[in-house]
Amino acid sequence: MKSGSRLERTLEAGHFAFTGELGPPQGANVEAVRKKASYLKGIVDAVNITDNQTAVVRMSSWGAGLIAIQEGLEPNYQMVCRDRNRIAMQSDILGAYAHGIRNMLCLSGDHQQFGNHPLTKGVFDIDSIQLINMVKGMRDDKKFLNGDEIDGAPQIFIGAAANPFAEPFEWRVHRLAKKVSAGADFIQTQCIYDMNMFREWMKQANDMGLTEKVHILAGITPLKSGGMARYMAKNVSGIIIPDEIIERIVQAKKAAEEGIKICVEQIEELKEMKGVHGIHLMAIEWEHRVPEIAERAKLVPRPQV
Amino acid sequence: MIVAERKPFDEIKEMTKGFKKVLNVGCGGCTSICMAGGQREVGLLNEELKNAWAQEKASIQIDAFTIERQCNADFFKELDQIVKPYEAILSMACGAGVQFVADRYPNKPVFPALNTVFVGVDRDLGWFEENCRTCRECVLGETAGVCPLTRCAKSLFNGPCGGTSREGNCEVSKDTPCAWFEIYKRLKEQNRLENILKVKPAREWRNQTRGTLIQEAFKTRYAK
Repeated sequence: MKSGSRLERTLEAGHFAFTGELGPPQGANVEAVRKKASYLKGIVDAVNITDNQTAVVRMSSWGAGLIAIQEGLEPNYQMVCRDRNRIAMQSDILGAYAHGIRNMLCLSGDHQQFGNHPLTKGVFDIDSIQLINMVKGMRDDKKFLNGDEIDGAPQIFIGAAANPFAEPFEWRVHRLAKKVSAGADFIQTQCIYDMNMFREWMKQANDMGLTEKVHILAGITPLKSGGMARYMAKNVSGIIIPDEIIERIVQAKKAAEEGIKICVEQIEELKEMKGVHGIHLMAIEWEHRVPEIAERAKLVPRPQV
Repeated sequence: MIVAERKPFDEIKEMTKGFKKVLNVGCGGCTSICMAGGQREVGLLNEELKNAWAQEKASIQIDAFTIERQCNADFFKELDQIVKPYEAILSMACGAGVQFVADRYPNKPVFPALNTVFVGVDRDLGWFEENCRTCRECVLGETAGVCPLTRCAKSLFNGPCGGTSREGNCEVSKDTPCAWFEIYKRLKEQNRLENILKVKPAREWRNQTRGTLIQEAFKTRYAK
């Protein structure tokens, strides 16, 4: 075991993992975090705590992660490269680990231009792949990035993101390979709507032997409305939503119900896909619907590991 | 070349407020080439300033003098002779030139009339693009002549991120090509994709303190 986290134990035992997502509030509203956590407790193996997502200032990921631990949830601490240099990153990793955080997701981060401080100075001292490598060095070699010894190395289960749906498509599996060689233990993908494209990417990953080295959790975001589907398809770079999915949501009498139905169908399909070791459900501001989705997709009860 | 653009007029006007005699110094180097701070632009700015102050009935004398380059002492001989009676100097050089002038005449207020925007190239007449962030450790040989530091919005050295659009553009702007899409395309054409297959380790930032460069042949000359 690298970290002994519940997520790691679940995956290493060969179970199909299930992770959720919790977006911290724009303030120190502890109750908001507890409320979101209450929907996910006992339902997911770990919950991603986003790090100032879309570059909007929020309660820190590790801070909200500690509240999640108090609520009986295991956090997956997201860290982006946008806001911290290597000194701050390593320091935060030590602090987070000291307080019981065992999983991390290493990301580049949404560009600051999209957020609520668009003219801040983006740091990007290191990139996401270098961050993965740094955390691995801290854990396995017990060394900081500069080579100095660590007094109490953080045992972190290292996660990374992958997006099979952004250009250049044929390069995406190689980028996955780079993340694996940098030290990623698990991958959470961008939200999947185009199942054919995803299947092709998974085939490439299987053919390259990557799925034997890394656990891939397929990313799913339920669509809440026709408007949301159209907006995401048109405006979010790196997300592809096939027309037939958009049509299904748009035509449906109850769009939200249809969104959940599609989501459950996708999960069923992904469960059967070679190399997919779990689901990462990003129900954005829809945490309260997660129990129902988990139930209908037969992802609960979770295995006790 | 260094590309610069003129500051908003009101900001420049405010800098000259209260002075009776100002010298606007143009630069015949980069800022002249990018049509921001050469002899012609010095003349235009002075006309505007004179008119604006005349309307407010302020008495101010603004003269013009353009030297070949404001970043080398060899070109300052004539300026040295005429600068004395002026209470303030406006410089239409890049930030490097402005500081060189300020260092040379430390008793005089020196004001920048331009904002220095980047190291770049002429895309077309009056159209410039940034291409270099002067990082002091060039990787262009590996990245098919596309700078990831300058041209990737997140300065990724192991790109591309997940935000590349269908058209191969950056997530921050539909008008900005994704640097890593370009790098990938060119390396593929050149059959050199192995350049970016390996993880590029964390970079050592060498431009975080002020740079000084003494060429090898001159080391003994400047030895302390």
